[in-house]
Amino acid sequence: MLKKLVLGAAALGFVATAQMTTIAKAEDTLYLPSMSYRTGPFAGAGGPIANGYADYLNMLNERDGGIGGAKVIVEECETAYNAQKGVECYEATKGNNAGALVYNPYSTGITLQLIPKAPVDEIPVLSMGYGLSAAAIGEKFPWTFNYPASYWSQMSSILQHIDANGGIKGKKIGFIYLDVGYGKEPIPLLDKLAPQMGFEWVGFPVGVKEMQAQGATWLSVRKERPDWMIMWGFGAMNPTAIKEAAKIRFPMDKFIGNWWAGAHADLEPVGEAGKGYLSSNFSGIGTDFPALQDVIKHVVDKGNSQADKDDVGKVLYNRGLFNAVIVAEAVRAAQKATGKKAITGADMRLGLEKFVLDEARLKEIGLEGFTAPIKASCKDHEGAGAIFIQQWDGSDWKRTSDLIPPMTDVVLPLLQEAADKYVAEQTGWKTQSCG
Amino acid sequence: MFYREAGQYKATYEADSAKFPIFQDKLFIWAYLAIGFIAVPFFGNEFFLGAIMIPFLVFTLAAIGLNILTGFTGQISLGTGAFMGVGAYACYKMTLAYPDVNILIFIFASGIFSAIVGMFFGLPSLRIKGFYLVVTTLAAQFFLEWAFIRIPWLYNYNDSGAIEVPQREAFGIIVTGASASAEVRYIICLAVVVIMTWFASNIISGRIGRSWMMIRDMDIAAELMGVRPLYAKLSAFAVSSFYCGVAGALMVFMWLGAAEVESFDYNHSFEVLFMVILGGLGSLLGCFLGAAVIWILPVMIRDWLPPIVDAITPFTINSSQADLVSDIIIGVMIVVFLIMEPLGLARLWAIIKQKLRVWPFPY
Repeated sequence: MLKKLVLGAAALGFVATAQMTTIAKAEDTLYLPSMSYRTGPFAGAGGPIANGYADYLNMLNERDGGIGGAKVIVEECETAYNAQKGVECYEATKGNNAGALVYNPYSTGITLQLIPKAPVDEIPVLSMGYGLSAAAIGEKFPWTFNYPASYWSQMSSILQHIDANGGIKGKKIGFIYLDVGYGKEPIPLLDKLAPQMGFEWVGFPVGVKEMQAQGATWLSVRKERPDWMIMWGFGAMNPTAIKEAAKIRFPMDKFIGNWWAGAHADLEPVGEAGKGYLSSNFSGIGTDFPALQDVIKHVVDKGNSQADKDDVGKVLYNRGLFNAVIVAEAVRAAQKATGKKAITGADMRLGLEKFVLDEARLKEIGLEGFTAPIKASCKDHEGAGAIFIQQWDGSDWKRTSDLIPPMTDVVLPLLQEAADKYVAEQTGWKTQSCG
Repeated sequence: MFYREAGQYKATYEADSAKFPIFQDKLFIWAYLAIGFIAVPFFGNEFFLGAIMIPFLVFTLAAIGLNILTGFTGQISLGTGAFMGVGAYACYKMTLAYPDVNILIFIFASGIFSAIVGMFFGLPSLRIKGFYLVVTTLAAQFFLEWAFIRIPWLYNYNDSGAIEVPQREAFGIIVTGASASAEVRYIICLAVVVIMTWFASNIISGRIGRSWMMIRDMDIAAELMGVRPLYAKLSAFAVSSFYCGVAGALMVFMWLGAAEVESFDYNHSFEVLFMVILGGLGSLLGCFLGAAVIWILPVMIRDWLPPIVDAITPFTINSSQADLVSDIIIGVMIVVFLIMEPLGLARLWAIIKQKLRVWPFPY
């Protein structure tokens, strides 16, 4: 028995090593690893994001034969939203093929671990709408990007939306947040803007273990009687909060979630009770875009997607797709700047810095009106994006507002301060100077 | 045949009570050390060192810590993750306050903080045992997690709420931060683990270790024979937490590079407990074996299963399915092991050794 087992294991090991050495080193490929979390506590969000990301890039392979003539290789690595597995994935994939071009960690914890590794391994990190807000300061974080907006920018846009809908002066804002680094991040901004815009704010932390038991939290919400509620939630916290809000009859159209608290997966369990709930978003909803039709035609209908056809066009699917769009456009910019087909991580960084996604280009790639134009620079790694507000109508999300740009004048000094603090703690941190 | 001690005469008491009395064992140990210190860093690539060996060593150290408490003293604890966290946060705060001090000093010093916290939460063990003690150590776990979130001083008021490892040097070489090479980090982890394992084995075979085992086997009898439970139990908590604290500091500084509170949550306490149970309660060798199985095996499965399935079957599986398969296999293994060999992998090794000794004549 033992002998057979040992022999079997040895045979498997042999096959595995043989397999690994026979992977052909093809010319002109673009290797884009995808850190996904299809398992674990947040699998509901991780699946659609990974699907959207892979499907768009596979569509480019099918339709255009890759990006700029180079085939894209998307390889998924499962992190289960776990920081330790994230590091393992990074180490396992960074050297594959001709080397990874960019990482989209999709977890604040993993992002924080990759930020210091990026300059050493020369692979940029693109944390699209999450991660470290301060990474927007390109001079301090040459290798990190967080298009289209940081959490602070997003919060400032949400506050402006409140101001535009009935005024914010003298109002009381309740801020319910997941009690981890991610949820606490907007607090400095609220503290700063409260006297400036003339509102008062109360925080309602929800511990990770209480995500699905928020009765007590909402009891204190009822006591405090805020005029508006803003939510920084994730995963199971979102539907629970909305259900509890409905229970205390909090007006849904005065309840705004951030972009991780406004997906179909969050509201479908709530259904009709969540009607009127608002959330911010930066990637278009639905499949009424030529690019999405192409994805359906070239990938989904051919059975090459892990997504159900019904899931295409949903909020998180489109967010993953938008991430792929940014990566693809940055690859193009890098190819143009260097004249090479197969680029390196360092070229990719250049491409991300020269990144321009204007209205004309959005129309060209079939995503007109999908998102706000983004224009990055050496200094600005946030790309001056903007968000819009969407509303749940009981069964689907509908976009209800125009683009709301962030209050850069307030946010930028805060970002600067945070970036300086991060760099001060490090020794030998490489910054760059922008001319 | 391979393990025959015939002809190996022991002429002194020292030789008779040596840690490895048989020549073959000595050979093995030196061979392993040579492989560990020379061959592995020489041949291993960054993935092997950074994602397999360093975590393996970190978890081994944590498992030794827990084994001292659970395996040798009989006090079950579910606070390992939090005690590791105390070490990590202590090391972080110290190195921020004194950036020029050799980081290795702080890694060991962080164990002292962890030992103090561990002793405090070990106090209930003087009155309660078994399941009740499990509950109080679980309370330690939850309290410390709460502290790591709610006391911003601990993470230096970072907006992200995480601790980020700064770059530090020791002996003129960069040892922490992203610029530190995997080889350097590995060698440091290995050296720490080897030294602390040697230290632990000496404590265990000495007076203190014997008093722990007496407490474990029958505390009333131990008390009647002159072992003071206060000293024995609290020293076990202190030494155990010291080891966990150093493991936690190594985990963040040598492996992860940045950590949020979720890196120290109760899942890690369970993970280390599984390592101890699977490896063998009351065995230092078991800590190495348990950590190897619980940490290295899933990595291998995640990494190798998809290409193997691709190569030899018509099916393909993606990385998330491989992840689930590894969870299933580890779960099944724990169940099977508890049924077939409750004394763990260390016991299995002892059986193999005995078989090798009498081979080829089994009687």
